[in-house]
Amino acid sequence: MQTAWSADEHKIKQASLGRQKRRESVVGYSFIAPSVILLLVFLVLPFMFAFLFGFTKFNLLRPDKIQFIGLDNYKLLFQDNLFYKSLFNTLYFTVIVVPVQSAVALMLALLVNHQLKLRNVYRIAYFSPVVTSMTVIAILWISLYNPNEGLINSALNFFEIPKQPFLRSSDQAMHSIIFMSVWQAAGYQMMIFLAGLQGISKDIYEASSIDGANRFQQLRFITIPSLYNVTVFVLTITTIQAVKLFVQPYIMTNGGPENTTRTLALLIYQQGFQFRNAGYASAISVIFFLIVVFISFSMKKFFRDR
Amino acid sequence: MTDRTAKLFLNIANIIMSLLFITPLLWMVVSSFKPETQIFADLSSLKALLPLNFTFDNYIAAFDRIPMMKYLFNSLFYVTVTCISGLVVNSICGYALAKLQFKGREFVLMAVIALMIVPFESILMPMYFIVNSLNWVDTWYALIVPFVANCFSIFMFRQFFMDVPNEILESAAIDGSSPMKTFISIVVPLSGPVFATVFILDYINHWGDFMWPILVTTGEALRNIQLGIQTFFTLPPVYYGQIMATLTFTTVPIIILFLMLQKYYVQGITSAGIKG
Repeated sequence: MQTAWSADEHKIKQASLGRQKRRESVVGYSFIAPSVILLLVFLVLPFMFAFLFGFTKFNLLRPDKIQFIGLDNYKLLFQDNLFYKSLFNTLYFTVIVVPVQSAVALMLALLVNHQLKLRNVYRIAYFSPVVTSMTVIAILWISLYNPNEGLINSALNFFEIPKQPFLRSSDQAMHSIIFMSVWQAAGYQMMIFLAGLQGISKDIYEASSIDGANRFQQLRFITIPSLYNVTVFVLTITTIQAVKLFVQPYIMTNGGPENTTRTLALLIYQQGFQFRNAGYASAISVIFFLIVVFISFSMKKFFRDR
Repeated sequence: MTDRTAKLFLNIANIIMSLLFITPLLWMVVSSFKPETQIFADLSSLKALLPLNFTFDNYIAAFDRIPMMKYLFNSLFYVTVTCISGLVVNSICGYALAKLQFKGREFVLMAVIALMIVPFESILMPMYFIVNSLNWVDTWYALIVPFVANCFSIFMFRQFFMDVPNEILESAAIDGSSPMKTFISIVVPLSGPVFATVFILDYINHWGDFMWPILVTTGEALRNIQLGIQTFFTLPPVYYGQIMATLTFTTVPIIILFLMLQKYYVQGITSAGIKG
């Protein structure tokens, strides 16, 4: 009798628990629904379309005239010198910007990670270019880089260095963009390094100075090793950011002179919207995506293995 | 090295670096308040960074040539709508992924994390194709709707809500509060920081929107401020003072927002760094 009753109660409890679970499921689905629907339509769907479009030839403004052409876009791509040039420029920018910018950021973080009265002023100075939009910065630096009457050439003149063409020269254009980009974004990585530095326990420093370690030994044997994970993170996001280079060359050089600043993102944009080769541009997009995935996975693997 | 010499060295190094970092922006602001001829006359000395012959003429002239106020309101409008709707949509999604039980939750979470890697540049063509098929080109929808849901924001919210104690939520449920009511009246008031962080990260991001607006806004009507200054820059005759005035004007709103929410912005960057 007793057992039967409690079995019944158990059943009722189970049923009400089940109902509650179902209700929670319904609520859960309705909570994620807006995001999931938007992400499906504006991220997953275009993502799948990019692969699909890569096998077609069409003009974005006449999508009704779409033609399936198999692998032709990819065949064309691997014979296209401009593609190789853009790929090279993108990688060149990345390979220089990532270590330089991270090193500058680390140096700034080390400089401000002390009890200085003006510490916040310094931090805001380093950080102000980060908040300023890239369009503003690109236009500002076109003026600074002006070969005849720019601020930078005037400063060089002060040190009796001859005028430089900067963005007008195929040797200097990419390096000018690199310099500006490092200046713009170093403050961002500095903040991440700073958070990492503040996570290192003060006791380690005290213990090591009792043992007679000097500041440089502390930097070499305590600070740098403790920042390993933070550094990996900084390098990864900076790399992914760097391969997307677009606004700077679009505004400052339009890919020139002599295609020395044409990047993959710029090429996608120009093929798709200026030359109206949406299919070809999509094929480049696919390669671009694969490069981003490859970089992030190989960086993860490289750093995990060490 | 004693502490005092170390501090002196650090201060000198910091001052030099700060000057290097701030000079371009300082020159921009100072030049925007100078007569055109003065800008070039001062270029070769430190006077370039001093506000001599202070004037508002550049602003008046530039605003006369292009509708800067209109561009400003366009940007303020669509960026604000995008970010506020983003807060609503992404926060409830992040909450469900953190605190509600349903089938497929782990899958959705994994998908959100995986999708963070898709660069916008790689879906540019199809995105335009979809927006064009919806007849959204040259409408606010094109600038807003595709960017409301954001994987990174969902993830930030989810991480924050994970730390909300379950006991609070359970006792609210026992008191008969519906999950939506619990979320709005109990969870949201506890979560000011994460809302501020997501808001400012998203806002600064979209304030700089450039590539997408070039494609989907063909006329003047919806042109955002970034496109506005870029067109102005290519519009002859080129006067540096006027250009610097438009650049400064574009930067002011975002600097104000940054100074107001600075703490949360920095938290956003650093928490992503530590948790990522």
